[in-house]
Amino acid sequence: MTTIFGIPLAAFLGQLLIGLINGSFYAMLSLGLAVIFGLLRVINFAHGAQYMLGAFVALLLLQYLGVDYWLALIIAPLVVGLFGALIERTMLSRLYDLDPLYGLLFTFGLALAIEGTFRYLYGAAGQPYSVPPALAGGTNLGFMFLPNYRGWVVAVSLVTCLGTWLLIEKTRLGAYLRAATENTVLVQAFGINVPLLLTFTYGLGAALAAFAGVLAAPIYQVSPLMGTNLIIVVFAVVVVGGMGSILGAVVTGYMLGLAEGLTKVFYPEASNIVVFVIMAVVLLVRPAGLFGKDA
Amino acid sequence: MGALLQVANLHAWYGESHVLHGVDMTVGEGETITILGRNGVGKTTTLRTIMGIIRERKGEIRFGGRDMLPVPLHRTAHAGIGFVPEERGIFASLTVEENLLLPPVVAGGGMPLEEIYDLFPNLLERRTSQGTKLSGGEQQMLAMARILRTGVRLLILDEPTEGLAPVIVQRIGEVLQKLKARGMTVLLVEQNFRFASKIADRFYLMDHGRMVADFPVAELPDRMTMLHKVLGV
Amino acid sequence: MADLTATPTEAKSIARLEWLLVAIGIVGLLAAPFFLYPIFLMQIMCFALFACAFNLLLGYTGLLSFGHAAFFGGAAYFCAHAVKVWGWPPEAGILLGTAGAAVLGLVMGFFAIRRQGIYFAMITLALAQMFFFFCVQAPFTRGEDGIQGVPRGFLFGLIDLSRPLGIYYVVLGIFLIGVFAIWRIVNSPFGMILRSIRENENRAISLGYSIANYKLAAFVMSAALAGLAGATKAIVFQFATLTDVTWQMSGEVILMTLLGGIGTMVGPMVGAAFIVTLQNTLATSGFPVTIATGVIFMACVLLFRRGIVGEIYARLLGGSKS
Repeated sequence: MTTIFGIPLAAFLGQLLIGLINGSFYAMLSLGLAVIFGLLRVINFAHGAQYMLGAFVALLLLQYLGVDYWLALIIAPLVVGLFGALIERTMLSRLYDLDPLYGLLFTFGLALAIEGTFRYLYGAAGQPYSVPPALAGGTNLGFMFLPNYRGWVVAVSLVTCLGTWLLIEKTRLGAYLRAATENTVLVQAFGINVPLLLTFTYGLGAALAAFAGVLAAPIYQVSPLMGTNLIIVVFAVVVVGGMGSILGAVVTGYMLGLAEGLTKVFYPEASNIVVFVIMAVVLLVRPAGLFGKDA
Repeated sequence: MGALLQVANLHAWYGESHVLHGVDMTVGEGETITILGRNGVGKTTTLRTIMGIIRERKGEIRFGGRDMLPVPLHRTAHAGIGFVPEERGIFASLTVEENLLLPPVVAGGGMPLEEIYDLFPNLLERRTSQGTKLSGGEQQMLAMARILRTGVRLLILDEPTEGLAPVIVQRIGEVLQKLKARGMTVLLVEQNFRFASKIADRFYLMDHGRMVADFPVAELPDRMTMLHKVLGV
Repeated sequence: MADLTATPTEAKSIARLEWLLVAIGIVGLLAAPFFLYPIFLMQIMCFALFACAFNLLLGYTGLLSFGHAAFFGGAAYFCAHAVKVWGWPPEAGILLGTAGAAVLGLVMGFFAIRRQGIYFAMITLALAQMFFFFCVQAPFTRGEDGIQGVPRGFLFGLIDLSRPLGIYYVVLGIFLIGVFAIWRIVNSPFGMILRSIRENENRAISLGYSIANYKLAAFVMSAALAGLAGATKAIVFQFATLTDVTWQMSGEVILMTLLGGIGTMVGPMVGAAFIVTLQNTLATSGFPVTIATGVIFMACVLLFRRGIVGEIYARLLGGSKS
């Protein structure tokens, strides 16, 4: 059997794959955070809760309405996105003129309320969500065995990140977003409904998180706690990457996922803190973040 | 030719600071009006208050007969008013063409894209460059061009020639003459009165947050001494 | 957060008012254990000190730390371990907890100071989470069970802390010392510089102050005092658990301060009293505390940013400020 650094190749690649998958989620979630922060200047602490909501909507759709995974991939982001848009319209938008820390505190409270509600209704234990039949099983790649669903997750996350990037960089709507990020007043003076744009952006971010949640459901269990522990790691990812660019957020997400996977191979006890350690190092060496534009 | 823009007893505040003290002004359809005055008297503030960027305001602003005070900022352009700010406002994260296409078309009668590129060939040439890579003069052209596409009836310009070379200033003058010929109404703030005197129909002189004089361009030579005194030029 | 401060003349009236409140408060606290459960009062005092320590950083220096639970819970663990496993007397345990929290504050602060505003908050959150994972895995914390059965012992070998009144007055003493220390810091020249950093950091820099050092010093002091609260809590409740180092605990102290009034001395105490009472009430009713906390958070941020005490001061001083 082939080994690499003394570890069986299959096991090594297996851990790297897990790292890549975690990285996919880090990338999608930091993408959502970066999109929201870029325009609204709000750190959406509720992002993890919105991710959790996505997974739960998929679960509940299946349990009560028999709606399968594929429809859930569309419905859950829509539902959670609309919910997010509603929150933005009615409450979050009142905080834009204030110190940005209030936005963080508000979304923190929102996260607590959402998580608390689901914890109360469903307990802290996770519930399983089965892999959709079309993606069950695995493929033998020769050097390792790739579970089909895992491969699907990585592929979809890449497509989602690319798609979001295209939306922002190459479309008219994206031009509105980019311009509004630079100068909201002038963009409104041109006749563009920036308040609506802000609502849309927050809804989009929430929908992205929910989409990631549906993707996550068959891999990690569906639990009310799945969001908040994840979001703190994503914050560290965002500090490492810097909030300057969408691309930066995505690349950093994948990189840190892989770093975590590698650590799991060689030094498993440190695997859940390696992202934070990297964050500490980056803070010493390059405080603005690897791709950061602002100090 | 009725008054397209009617401003009466306009007051405005920046927070606690009372900056406009009862501005009165009319702009007839098709006219080109210039506001003169020293720095800090409220010229830019007047433009921004009319546009609706400054919301702490009282008084009367009527555009085409319509009361503009309750209109939210993002609906003002749709009423037919276009704004070119002093700092030009070219977006760094957009290409030249994206900048050009950004303001939505609010009415018919705007210049089609091909005509804009004919008028401003540099913009065609540089259309995929990043917006802020253009020179100051080119950015000013872009800032004006993007409004021309939208079909607004009143064009508000804040110090369009500031900091630009004479050759560009001349170009801007030509563009404004062309617009005037097409019936565009223009309201501008300008320090350079040689430039202004070539295109304006009427002048307002502003001091301490209100208008202190208004006269047609024909009377400009007679008013020069007074202007020298007030403007300290 | 600079919109919540008072002008110098207002600050003087507020100070006078606060002296009065302090006098009433001390008298009240001296008499209280005869009317209310001492454990309940001690819980409030520990969290009130925690919140006041936190407010030193937020209200007076303008830095939002999202990881203060690390200091509170960390000190609780250090103290509990020293007292239970090494057999140290309670005063030594509390001192160790405080010192440990200070060291933790120095390390965390060193990294967090390198960014400002939102990033500072996110870094403190991440670092505290790192500490949480360390606590989950480190053998000395006993994982999910926590350190239980911490003996109360005899303070200085003299005062029997197993008697409710005995420990109550000791905790009251610690609380008053802690609050007094904060008050002295806030009203010293050092405290003035902290406030200037909160108001306008660039201006402070241009005046020649190396603000990174001041921020770090404030961070360490805040951490130490939070540690004092945590270590005391470990002795009072006789255990230290993972709950004390979670991000939810960090969030709770922020809420106490926000609800009570950022930037006032008394505010965090009022907020702590309110939240502790709320938690104890809800614990018996079965209504989940997290939901209540979350909703109160949102309501405070939207409608009630000055907090209870902040609102009262604003009304007493006449007219409303922005």
